[in-house]
Amino acid sequence: MNRMFAIVEREMRKFFRSPTLMIMSLMMPILQLLIMGNAFGGKIVGAHVAVVDYDHGPEAVKIREGFDSIAVNIKTFTTVEYTDENKAREDVRTGKIDAAVVIPAQYSRRVYAQDAPRIGFVVDNSDLFTSGSLEAEMQSLVTALTAPVIQPRLASAIALEIVELYPYVNYMKFLLPACCALAMYISVMIGGGMLYIDDKARGVHEGYLVTPITGLELVMGLNMAGAIKAVLSGICLVVIGSLMAGLGVIFNPVADLELLALIVVTAIAFNGMMFLMMVRVDDPLVPRAMFGVLNLLLFYPSGAMYPIAAFPPWLRAIAVIDPFTYCVHGFKAILLKDGGFVAIQYDLLFLFVFGIGTLLIATPLFKRTL
Amino acid sequence: MSVHPTSPAETQNGPRQAIAVEHIVKRYGDFEAVKDVSFSVADGEIFGLLGPNGAGKSTLIRMMTTLVPITAGKAIVAGYDVARDPDAVRRMIGVIPQALTSDPDLTVEENLSIYAKLYSVPRAEREKNIAEVLEAVDLVKWRGAQVKTLSGGMRRRVEIARGLVHNPSIFFLDEPTTGLDPVSRIAVYEMLDNLRKTRHLTMLLTTHYMEEADTLCDRIAIVDHGTLVALGTPAELKRTVPGANVVEVHFGHDLPQWQTRLEGLDGVTSVQAESAGFYRVLTSSGSKTTMQLVEMAASLGETLTSLSVQNTTLDDVFVHYTGRQLRDELVKPPAFTLPPRPGAQP
Repeated sequence: MNRMFAIVEREMRKFFRSPTLMIMSLMMPILQLLIMGNAFGGKIVGAHVAVVDYDHGPEAVKIREGFDSIAVNIKTFTTVEYTDENKAREDVRTGKIDAAVVIPAQYSRRVYAQDAPRIGFVVDNSDLFTSGSLEAEMQSLVTALTAPVIQPRLASAIALEIVELYPYVNYMKFLLPACCALAMYISVMIGGGMLYIDDKARGVHEGYLVTPITGLELVMGLNMAGAIKAVLSGICLVVIGSLMAGLGVIFNPVADLELLALIVVTAIAFNGMMFLMMVRVDDPLVPRAMFGVLNLLLFYPSGAMYPIAAFPPWLRAIAVIDPFTYCVHGFKAILLKDGGFVAIQYDLLFLFVFGIGTLLIATPLFKRTL
Repeated sequence: MSVHPTSPAETQNGPRQAIAVEHIVKRYGDFEAVKDVSFSVADGEIFGLLGPNGAGKSTLIRMMTTLVPITAGKAIVAGYDVARDPDAVRRMIGVIPQALTSDPDLTVEENLSIYAKLYSVPRAEREKNIAEVLEAVDLVKWRGAQVKTLSGGMRRRVEIARGLVHNPSIFFLDEPTTGLDPVSRIAVYEMLDNLRKTRHLTMLLTTHYMEEADTLCDRIAIVDHGTLVALGTPAELKRTVPGANVVEVHFGHDLPQWQTRLEGLDGVTSVQAESAGFYRVLTSSGSKTTMQLVEMAASLGETLTSLSVQNTTLDDVFVHYTGRQLRDELVKPPAFTLPPRPGAQP
């Protein structure tokens, strides 16, 4: 047992003596949270929309008043006056403006006559996000214009009352569980996989193998050290990320215990998986080459960025056996929903069984000789 | 071929053997790296395995230190069978592999402490042992320094200290001075000799340095292509080479008849042409051959650029047993050489 702890001691001393490793394992997920959280979570602001008004009637004025209201309130877009519809369309195509509204001649008359009045809206649909936002704004404006001035006493339309269970989740908050999982993965990949193979290649393991340490003690020592490093990375990112995203759940001691349990089993699972993959590898280039592929294969199918329900069957099959899936789900359940132990019990069970299972397979594969 | 000599310690002090290797073989697929090698090392002896790179020395030492499984044969180390009781062997031995195994990020003391724990040295003894080995390798001042800040020679001393921290009775060193400058190399020789005396250690080391084997070892086994070709004390091995002296002569002109004329001199046992006009002559009497050489050159009106007389060296022993020089193996040109980097210093 003491020999196993000697391995852990050596690994941890090395870990704390090389802060670069610690910083780099946290840097990527934090930057991802900061940049992607801000870049993807924002709304369109300050787009330029051309207005080509061939009507100039009272109803056209109402539309322009609606545009002015948008420009000063939610600021999605400001309008630019155009007199020629073709010129406006060409400018949308070349990207000088983002969209064009065409109010046709006789628009006001058609409104009053209830003769299918129409407004033209030219969008650049090569940019789905911008065109979608502008379309949504225009749709709500048209709905407001269509609404009767005096509401009927008895509503005939079916209304959907939406009840949001949780406070507003912005993109940075949504991304935090994925970033916590990613930080732990990077820590295991660098602190477990790469350093393990580098030590093997440098001959450090040869030094271990001539001592009376057993194969099991060596495997357990290396894995325990790798898991401790991953736990430290996970804790750091949960705390830093929660503060950055403005999540207060970390101040709840019960949630902290649940988070700790999740982090520990995730560390065991990730480390077991990594050790199984690296147990017979000798070439230091292999873990470096595998880093990106594994990241792609494990991170994206986990539902970290996009719901698993939208995946094709083969991708769902990967998600089912991917430990990232359960880690991300668990972090979401606690960080975003404060769902309690019940919400993460199956995640904990899967990750624990996965971790122990991979270690049980890897241990007999570990060679006690060169 | 196998050699079964009896070590001096066996004949003088009874059959007390620290290491006994019997018909040991190591195969990697069809390739036989070690072929039916047998030898024994007496308690307290320094035993050297001498041979060029790829001769099988490291494989031999790795089999004896439990690092590589033995294909056939038997190795008994400190009274334990390596194949049957590897753990008992590991407890009795200290091993310094060719690679530097100490962690460069850790301090000297931390490295030693971790290895003491790996050998289950009790806490009470640990501090004492570390202090003693640091003293023995003259690194007391550097105990708190990170290994990566030390010079190559000092790092090798850390390795030696690491191998001694659990007080082993047998010490295996795989090319302990490779990569060291001549001064550091001599310091390591002195240190090993000192350790043997003060700690009564049995040492088995591999080397391809002739002077290392000659200076340090009580007995030497010459290994070539996985086979043990000769075994004995340095003096015994030198005596097996016909001719007591080596005369190296460099003539002013390279004439075709030099070889036959040299072979015809009294006492000469063999003549080796080294380069144009340069010959190594093995002779039973260096002084007599030197005089004959000078007279022969004068009678032919030729000049001697240089002339030296030496005793037989282990290099001559190696040539005698393998038919080629050890240094030829060491300086074998690589199959492919990278072109020089643009702007690189020659």
